Amino acid sequence: MCGIVGLYLKNSEFENRFGELFEPMLVAMTDRGEDSAGVAVYHDAVADGFTKFTVYHPDTGFNWEAVCDRMRSDLNATVRDAANDTHVVIETDGDAAASRDLIEGFDPQIQIMSVGSAIEIYKEMDTPQAVADRFELAKMSATHGVGHTRMATESAVTTDGSHPFSTGPDLCLVHNGSLSNHNRLRRDLTQHHDMTIRTKCDTEVAAAYVSHRLAEGRSLREALDDCLGALDGFYTFVAGTRDGFAVLRDPIACKPAVLAETDDYVAFASEYRAFVDLPGIENARVWEPEPAVVYSWGGEA
Amino acid sequence: MNAHSNIAVIDLDDTDLTAANQSLQSKNGTEQNAHMRVVNPRGSHALAVGIDAPVDIEIDGNTGYFCAGMNKAARITVKGNAGQAVAENMMSGEVRVTGDASQAAGATAHGGLLVIEGNAGSRCGISLKGADIVVGGDIGHMSCFMAQAGRVVVLGDAGDALGDSLYETRIYVRGKVKSLGADCVEKEMRDEHRGELAELLQTAGFGDADPKEFRRYGSARNLYNFNIDNVGAY
Repeated sequence: MCGIVGLYLKNSEFENRFGELFEPMLVAMTDRGEDSAGVAVYHDAVADGFTKFTVYHPDTGFNWEAVCDRMRSDLNATVRDAANDTHVVIETDGDAAASRDLIEGFDPQIQIMSVGSAIEIYKEMDTPQAVADRFELAKMSATHGVGHTRMATESAVTTDGSHPFSTGPDLCLVHNGSLSNHNRLRRDLTQHHDMTIRTKCDTEVAAAYVSHRLAEGRSLREALDDCLGALDGFYTFVAGTRDGFAVLRDPIACKPAVLAETDDYVAFASEYRAFVDLPGIENARVWEPEPAVVYSWGGEA
Repeated sequence: MNAHSNIAVIDLDDTDLTAANQSLQSKNGTEQNAHMRVVNPRGSHALAVGIDAPVDIEIDGNTGYFCAGMNKAARITVKGNAGQAVAENMMSGEVRVTGDASQAAGATAHGGLLVIEGNAGSRCGISLKGADIVVGGDIGHMSCFMAQAGRVVVLGDAGDALGDSLYETRIYVRGKVKSLGADCVEKEMRDEHRGELAELLQTAGFGDADPKEFRRYGSARNLYNFNIDNVGAY
């Protein structure tokens, strides 16, 4: 099992309430997976020339200022940081690749969870409620976001094995299911397409495949459509980009999925239970996405 | 549980699911009628399962998985949408969904009538064992997979692979069938079929629909016996 939720706001008046709408959706999916939980939220896009990183260290007392100081001195960059439990958001106008190398090389336990302009990812090995509380999800504003409650199948229960996965700028992917050809695809992506895949998790391979297709100029809708030919296995995916939100189920569509749309938002969940507290849900259009059909909002699609 | 003019109201906002189901099952094993209403179901799973008495249950709102599962004798109405496997393994009685139903509606049901006024998702009537299912809208892919007995009526369209590996369930579809599954074929509509279809439509509340507009699908029965030409595949 596993639970997935997603919320894409069409009405910007809801952006300040994003977290309070999204937290009950995530928590409602607790029964579908309690190994770990995570969210990707899109908000407060940085100015042109800046890059936003979400970075993890298991020690909540880790000295992030030391990392930022090194970035300022070595890269001659402007750097801002905001710590949130085990995660920190670092914004810099330094060279993105050099910043990434410096951050990752600073401490062996550091992991970069996301890179982009608006995306932030927070995930931990804990129940959905505990994860929401730790990172104060209810207070977060956002334009859109995705969340995941994990019942692990394909790789170990670790923080970096938790969803969402981000493998390219502002991309995130969550997954309910299991892929059967991820080893071959992982080799192909890492050996022939210069993709970096950090974990043993099948979902990260799918995310890397989508990133690879986006990098080749495909839109989010097209990249997910490409998944139908490239991926073998069971999957319901929700993917986010800086301004896009998309859903795809495999052609067999064993894994559950339900969508709801009003004038104010599009909501996705593994089960309808996740929607019950959304405003106006009683009059929303509620439907099950068809198998092998990409549904997308925003972005270039 | 509050009494309102002979209708017992169970509010899932202040009653837990187990207690609610125990109340709904309180007439089990008897021939007693009772009229019960469930409010604020909030998509809960396994609501009104295992009822074994001729009671009337109305659920105001959307339900989760397995609603009305294993139903025997009761008339259960979901005023809203139903999640996966509504009325799965029903034995008798009637289950009605006024909205849409998710996948595997009526799975393995042995008897009784399941009416879905809206659309049903994939695998509707999978492994059906004798119940009747009437769907006012469309049904999703792989519906009636390995269905053994009973009848399925669809007023809208059917998705891919309808009736794959079908046994003896009779399928009536008014709209388009995207594709037929292995060993499922269109069959002649004879008077006896128009007759049973008219009766099913009437019972389900779709008496306005004209049986002449439907096509019948059933098993070609080619998978019943082993084909010796395929021995090399084993």
